[in-house]
Amino acid sequence: MQSDILRGRVWRFDHDISTDVLSPGAYALDPVEVRRLHVLESVNPAFAPGVEAGDVVVAGRNFGCGSSRETAAENLKALGVAGVFAESLSRLFMRNAIAVGLPVLVCAGIHETFADGDHIEADLASGRVLNVDNGIELHSDSLPEEMRRILAAGGILAVLRDQGKR
Amino acid sequence: MGVTLAERILARAAGQEQVAAGDFVVADIDLALIHDIFAARVFDLLTEVGVDGLFDPDKTVVVIDHLVPAPTVEAAAVHHRIREHVSRLGITAFYDAGEGICHQLLPERGHVRPGMLIVGTDSHTTTYGALGAAGTGIGTSEMVYALATGRLWFRVPETIRFELTGDLLPAVSWKDVILYLAGRFGADGAQYRAMEFAGPAVANCDMSSRLTVANMALEMGAKFGLFAADEVTDAYLRDRGGTGCEPFTPDPDASYEAIHEISLSDLAPQVALPNEVDRVVPVEDIEGVTIDQAFLGSCTNGRIEDLQAAAAVLNGHRIAQGVRLLVAPASRDVLQEAMKTGVLESLVDAGASILAPGCGPCFGGHGGLLGPGERCIGTHNRNFIGRMGSPEAEIYLASPATVAASALAGRIADPRRLEVVGAE
Repeated sequence: MQSDILRGRVWRFDHDISTDVLSPGAYALDPVEVRRLHVLESVNPAFAPGVEAGDVVVAGRNFGCGSSRETAAENLKALGVAGVFAESLSRLFMRNAIAVGLPVLVCAGIHETFADGDHIEADLASGRVLNVDNGIELHSDSLPEEMRRILAAGGILAVLRDQGKR
Repeated sequence: MGVTLAERILARAAGQEQVAAGDFVVADIDLALIHDIFAARVFDLLTEVGVDGLFDPDKTVVVIDHLVPAPTVEAAAVHHRIREHVSRLGITAFYDAGEGICHQLLPERGHVRPGMLIVGTDSHTTTYGALGAAGTGIGTSEMVYALATGRLWFRVPETIRFELTGDLLPAVSWKDVILYLAGRFGADGAQYRAMEFAGPAVANCDMSSRLTVANMALEMGAKFGLFAADEVTDAYLRDRGGTGCEPFTPDPDASYEAIHEISLSDLAPQVALPNEVDRVVPVEDIEGVTIDQAFLGSCTNGRIEDLQAAAAVLNGHRIAQGVRLLVAPASRDVLQEAMKTGVLESLVDAGASILAPGCGPCFGGHGGLLGPGERCIGTHNRNFIGRMGSPEAEIYLASPATVAASALAGRIADPRRLEVVGAE
């Protein structure tokens, strides 16, 4: 059971980070061990080698725009990313993140409130987001209960397995 | 209170009297589409979670279109696995390599009807909104869930209505309209929203153009890009041997988040600049930028009408020295039609290379990738960094006419000024 509270170190990205950047088409058929090495490499080559388990991504508008490829969310999860916080998220990325069990939150003002390396504390249930380093607190919409339930189960396939057992 | 098209479809699919924007519903899926990038993974996962049959094999369509013909040994092996799964699961609606692009095939072969709720493992599943169907993309895990249970959760979206008026000028197409809208309202201008395209201009918009517009609604973040079903829809369905349809419309007193009234009368051909779909300018602002490749195809603009529009511009001339013109018809039917009508001959005579019907270059998969520093103008739907190969390549998006004019000139050119022909 996953907690609704997230804490982590921030990697910050700008607007319109696309699925072509999160999961380049050239590696579409490669296993996740290969795919995760190329995450965001065209915008920040230091990210994939440097990211550590529990780190989070903070981004601007329209994060995850582009294709339906779930590998965009899966790759981030495979790198140990604990959550994605953005000014806005593409609908598909948001669905896919929830489906693979990667917490996400849409939070106005987050892009300018955080710098690379800052530390974040966020409550998915209340929508409270804190920059631990500068003390600025933001309030976003909380994640709907339907989505938190899927996250808590560990993703939609876990939900399906649980349903099969019942 | 009346309902929007999106609300009408989701209420019906969820078995509820009425739903409103913001509601969460669990809805029955009318059609599920899976293509070759994800099909093997989806079917493997189904087995892994212990599901050995589909909720309804007749509501499942599988298309091999992205890696066609198989560019690598791995792709060939994946296709082989897909064929085994398809046969094991009893899926009859299976389109193998060479038949065409999923978003062309599903409407063309009569799978899509107004009012349906359709999910696909492809973002451009919004294309079916052209026929008044609520089509939207989902990921692989969600597809596994949908195939196993026949259901999926949805948030009922707010709707933005676009009231379009006026007649398009010659050499201006509906691709220019949707590029203009993306430029004006932004790549997230319809994030999570349904877009409804309406107004007098839409009555004159043929099905091919509606498919283009609904396809690219996704590039504004839309969940659905919807046209009410009308005489054009009815005729399209009948032409393909199906039964026609009744009008399928929103209520006049439906509640919209916004209504934009836009006149199309003065619209110029539009071009999206690298690397964002919403960096859009009129073609005259960017004329003269040299190109290495011109691409005509994709689920956005690979139909016979698009090939005809390009052939009309090429009009017996040869493309510029040093430019590659790649043409990928959206389906075998489109290719055959192009063959019968002489369009194919015009394209090849002009210097085009004809690719197998499929998605190859558009998503940077294979068959016409760009090298570092190269520039391409294409009729497809995305120009993100690295989309067609090298991250150091540049992609411009435009209509078939603008792409053809640019191929002739060797630089981005205005299709309204065809004296560019042979200028260099």
